[in-house]
Amino acid sequence: MSATTLERTGARTGSGPAGPRAGGMHARLRRRQALVAWGFCLPFVAVFAVFMLMPIVGSFAMSFTDFTARDIASPFSVNFVWLDQFVALFTDERFLTSLAVTGVFVLVGIPVTMVVALALALALNSGRGRLVAFFRVGFYAPVVTSIVAVAVVWRYILQPDGLLNSALAVVGIDGPNWLNDPAFALPSLIMLAVWRNVGTLMVIFLAGLQAVPEDVSEAATMDGASAWRRLVSVTLPLLRPTILLGAVLISVGYLQFFEEAFVMTKGGPLDSTLSVAFYTYQQFGFGEYGLASAASYVLFLAIALLSLLQFRLLRSKD
Amino acid sequence: MSTSPLASASTRAPRPPASRAPGRRRRGLGPRALTYTVLAVGLVLWLIPFVWMILGSVKTQGEILQKPPTWWPENPTGENFAQWFGPLGIGHFFVNSLVVAVITVLGNMVFCSMVGYALAKMQFPGKRVLFTLVMITLMVPGVVTFVPLFVMVSKLGLVNTYPALILPFLTAPIGVFLMRQFIQGIPDALLEAARLDGAGEWRIFARIVMPLCGPPLATLGILTFLSSWNNFLWPLVAAQGEDMYTLPVALSLYSTGQNATNYGLLLAGSVLVIAPIILLFVFLQRWFIRGVATTGLK
Repeated sequence: MSATTLERTGARTGSGPAGPRAGGMHARLRRRQALVAWGFCLPFVAVFAVFMLMPIVGSFAMSFTDFTARDIASPFSVNFVWLDQFVALFTDERFLTSLAVTGVFVLVGIPVTMVVALALALALNSGRGRLVAFFRVGFYAPVVTSIVAVAVVWRYILQPDGLLNSALAVVGIDGPNWLNDPAFALPSLIMLAVWRNVGTLMVIFLAGLQAVPEDVSEAATMDGASAWRRLVSVTLPLLRPTILLGAVLISVGYLQFFEEAFVMTKGGPLDSTLSVAFYTYQQFGFGEYGLASAASYVLFLAIALLSLLQFRLLRSKD
Repeated sequence: MSTSPLASASTRAPRPPASRAPGRRRRGLGPRALTYTVLAVGLVLWLIPFVWMILGSVKTQGEILQKPPTWWPENPTGENFAQWFGPLGIGHFFVNSLVVAVITVLGNMVFCSMVGYALAKMQFPGKRVLFTLVMITLMVPGVVTFVPLFVMVSKLGLVNTYPALILPFLTAPIGVFLMRQFIQGIPDALLEAARLDGAGEWRIFARIVMPLCGPPLATLGILTFLSSWNNFLWPLVAAQGEDMYTLPVALSLYSTGQNATNYGLLLAGSVLVIAPIILLFVFLQRWFIRGVATTGLK
């Protein structure tokens, strides 16, 4: 991209009739354009540097110190402790628990979300018109709602004698105490996350499906391929880039799993919904800023690695 | 489930297979009707939480506690809403949410389109570095920044102020990406023509580029408004007094402690938090969905 722009500006300034002077003019023009360009970037860069880059670097630096809440007032009493915070993290059983909880959330939540979203997208892709638009809006609606607000109604639904268990009782199932049973709390939160995130992936998959050429599928039909066969051998392979993109997006979101736990279970019962992000937030609350920063960087590293891996996959198969 | 959509997809083919009677209007009604029936049942289940929220918000506390729960409210009451509008003062939280969201949206529109223009159409040293940095921050989880951010905001004495709620969200990386992508698509010839007429870069930006940027600005505006309105973690930390609470913070703080099981009141609060965004969504759904489809973010 930048190469073509260079060529363009080069062509513009170099096309002047005066050969020997072109070099000087070229440089002067370039300097002026650079100045103007940075003028355009300045307001953004100022805020971005202070409120985005500095905290990112700050967090990195803090993860190697014993910074605590008290040090806000006296930053010079902070000590550099090398990797002590990371050692403390990986010997803290609660942090290891939070890694496991986040792992389960991601490994179960992502496939479920993707399968449901793909099924919806395939179903909706087969039709056109108002009816499809109506369904699309309906299934997408949970995405736009505030997690705090939907958490209230979900807690109400998941009460021991709430709507879900009353419905289960009708068919003779004795429902569990969803949010207060360590075995069911995390599945409940996964259910909530799936409900809130399917819409996003559905829309992305629908956009991908619309780019799949219809004639390929039709040709397969002519050759007598069954619907299932066409899905597996034609549609899904063509949709692979979109599916991978969706996987990256959703896994970056799911790895940061925090709000669901915060508003529904406060990480409990018995830490069964304590995610890494939630652990970080708790350490922040305890005033352990160094430890919190270290934990947040472990999460960052995981997200970065996963994104890189998935982008590599995306590129090699493309 | 997964076979029926495709079965119905084949019926969209302009020429129905020979087995089907020619000239029939209701071609392939079977599989398509099945698909829509499954979808409709699914949608009803999908939206039950919203229905349950609305129904619960007009029930009395006595009815809320009834076991098993009643479906339809027996004596609907507006008391829960009256509580919010009266003693709980939701209007103030609403204003806070709105002020923060509107300024965040406007700030992002201005900042991101300016950077987007520079990145798309100008050549300058540091350009690649800037773009890479912005894109990397897309991957940074919120918990990484908020501890130092809090330290910084306290140092600056900004805790519990509007700037604390707004500044960290004024530079959405996705906005830069969105604007740059779009502006790259604007033909250079258009800008060159204006340059030949003697227009400076600022003039070109204001008179030619911005008027063309309606679609990405709408997408950016909606995405930013949505994430600001629903933003929770940072406002919870940064707004420490009731005067600065945004709607989600206020609702979450009311739903812990003594009110935790006062579901009628809490559900009414949820309805009030969600209603504006749902209304916006229903009217602008084309833009919401286009935004997600192009940026992949919600």
